[in-house]
Amino acid sequence: MKLNRRLFIGTGAAAAATLSAPMVLADGHAKPRVVVIGGGAGGATAARYIAKDSEGAIDVTLIEPSRTYFTCFFSNLYLGGFKEIDDLGHTYGALAAKHGINVVHDWAIDVDRDAKTVSLAGGDTLPYDKLVLSPGIDFVDGSVEGWSLAAQNAMPHAYKGGSQTELLRAQIEAMPEGGVFAMVAPPNPYRCPPGPYERISMVAHQLKAKNPTAKILVADPKPKFSKQSLFEEGWAKHYSGMVDVIGEDFGGGSVSVDPVAMTITIDGEETAVAACNVIPAMKAGRIAEMAGVTDGNWAPVNAVDMSSKADPDVYVLGDASQQGDMPKSGYSANSQAKVCANAVRGALTGSRVFPAKFSNTCWSLIDTNDGVKVGATYEATDEKIAKVDGFISQTGENADLRQATYEESEGWYAGITADMFS
Amino acid sequence: MIVRGISVIVGLAAVLSGPPVGAAPIGDPAAGEQIFSQCKSCHQVGQGATDRVGPHLNGIFGRAAGAHKGYNYSEGLHRAGADGLIWTAETLDVYLENPRSLVSRTRMNFRGLKDAKDRADVLAFLRIYSDNPSDLPEAEPTARGTDHDIDAEILAIQGDPEYGEYLSSECLTCHQRDGSAEGIPSITQWPEEDFVVAMHAYKSKVRPHPVMQMMAGRLNNEEIAALAAYFRTLE
Repeated sequence: MKLNRRLFIGTGAAAAATLSAPMVLADGHAKPRVVVIGGGAGGATAARYIAKDSEGAIDVTLIEPSRTYFTCFFSNLYLGGFKEIDDLGHTYGALAAKHGINVVHDWAIDVDRDAKTVSLAGGDTLPYDKLVLSPGIDFVDGSVEGWSLAAQNAMPHAYKGGSQTELLRAQIEAMPEGGVFAMVAPPNPYRCPPGPYERISMVAHQLKAKNPTAKILVADPKPKFSKQSLFEEGWAKHYSGMVDVIGEDFGGGSVSVDPVAMTITIDGEETAVAACNVIPAMKAGRIAEMAGVTDGNWAPVNAVDMSSKADPDVYVLGDASQQGDMPKSGYSANSQAKVCANAVRGALTGSRVFPAKFSNTCWSLIDTNDGVKVGATYEATDEKIAKVDGFISQTGENADLRQATYEESEGWYAGITADMFS
Repeated sequence: MIVRGISVIVGLAAVLSGPPVGAAPIGDPAAGEQIFSQCKSCHQVGQGATDRVGPHLNGIFGRAAGAHKGYNYSEGLHRAGADGLIWTAETLDVYLENPRSLVSRTRMNFRGLKDAKDRADVLAFLRIYSDNPSDLPEAEPTARGTDHDIDAEILAIQGDPEYGEYLSSECLTCHQRDGSAEGIPSITQWPEEDFVVAMHAYKSKVRPHPVMQMMAGRLNNEEIAALAAYFRTLE
């Protein structure tokens, strides 16, 4: 049988949304089974909410290779010396102990959507009734000339949390006096739109204290970037003369690197670099492609419940999804996961399904106690997740407000990680 | 022209003799002084005023909330000030009507002046002891005599806690379910009315904070009631 998963109700009619009866599973197994691939902001949140709110009525398995998950959000603050790496690490014990989630530390290597099974690198095959994919990002091969994953130790991307982030910080700290830190910024769309520019701020903060004659050189293929006026104001105020961004109009998109010689060439001009952060073009985490739910680099989804446009029993969350107006961020993934969890639970147990509401806020730190933010609310339309309303920090804000914004970002970090892992 | 530091009597006389040229009076300061007697157990104003249970109120117009040096404000007032709450005729009017609409968990334990004229009179009285021209009430004629308080029917809505639980998931990205408050306040176990009043103050944008104005802005009355009902019950 098939439930009408497109049930989409007006807010006033929320109380009428209870489905008439729990779903009877076609093959007669005891409990409905949900498999979640990826234990980040989308996957951990979805697994937690489905398990917590169904109170044991759904078997939830979470597949995540890492035993300790290091968040990519706030990793720039580690680069800036505001956080230690342990502050960013989280484990899955509470999801297993408190919510009964079967946490499997393994790689998902294939999805058979006809048989409704997931294959693991360790050899197991897991059946599912509903599959949630939240694999984050992978990189587009060949998007930066001269760079490949094989070069990620010489020129780290540091765009997945953990060892890459630690490596980049070590390289920044080892830079010779007056050396050049280069960054290749990614083309749209990519994870965390303000991320590269917050990173520039945090690297500048470190260099200003320890290596003040060093320079930061950025090749950016885009004509403009997130929170641009706020970052440019902050760089002029705190790091005057240190940051040089070569944008699209000056050839920032024409870039190549040599990870052996440690050089970067922008619009034909070669520069020797002491450290180089290459953030390549991005695509959905590879398992989404293997599951056959991608179209191009990303996985299109229905805005009402985050289900794949290719398969109503597969949901795609977070960075990997192509959903419309929301930026690819941990906050967005967490928000989408709750809409998805509500829909999955409704489909499998007949619990009430409420209308989709989405939101996002991205905080960035420019210097000590100088925080800024941008955010928006979103709704589901037939075509996409569409922006409803938004705000952004203003240039020239007073120091108290900027400090309150930074403190708020720390509160958000505590909040979202509790919402994922507690 | 009003000189700071003059005595209450002289100050009153200055206003009673006629408002500044080109400005309309916002209320009757003499009547306001009478009404202010119920504030006096906590607040002083005028020459020699000092902080007591509450801060003294000289120079209140134009000051940021929680910004008077030397007074030990509640966390809520400090937060309101950092969020950008400035005491103007409009915000003071809202605050006097119901303190908790602008500052949740304020220690100002006062149920509010419900009559708009009473508030205007008190503000006219307090205004004698402030002299920041940019924040003179005369500059804000539209702010006078408006009731901001929430209709009784809205306060009477019985929230649906199950819907509130779903909606709460959006709040819990930042506000922690266990009531921990690190840079972002706790919102659990509030009296439902306080919750509803605060959310409507964000929705109407009289209470500052861009994220909360945006979040509250798209919640309808039933949804706010549902959230209040749910968060009331969280342990």
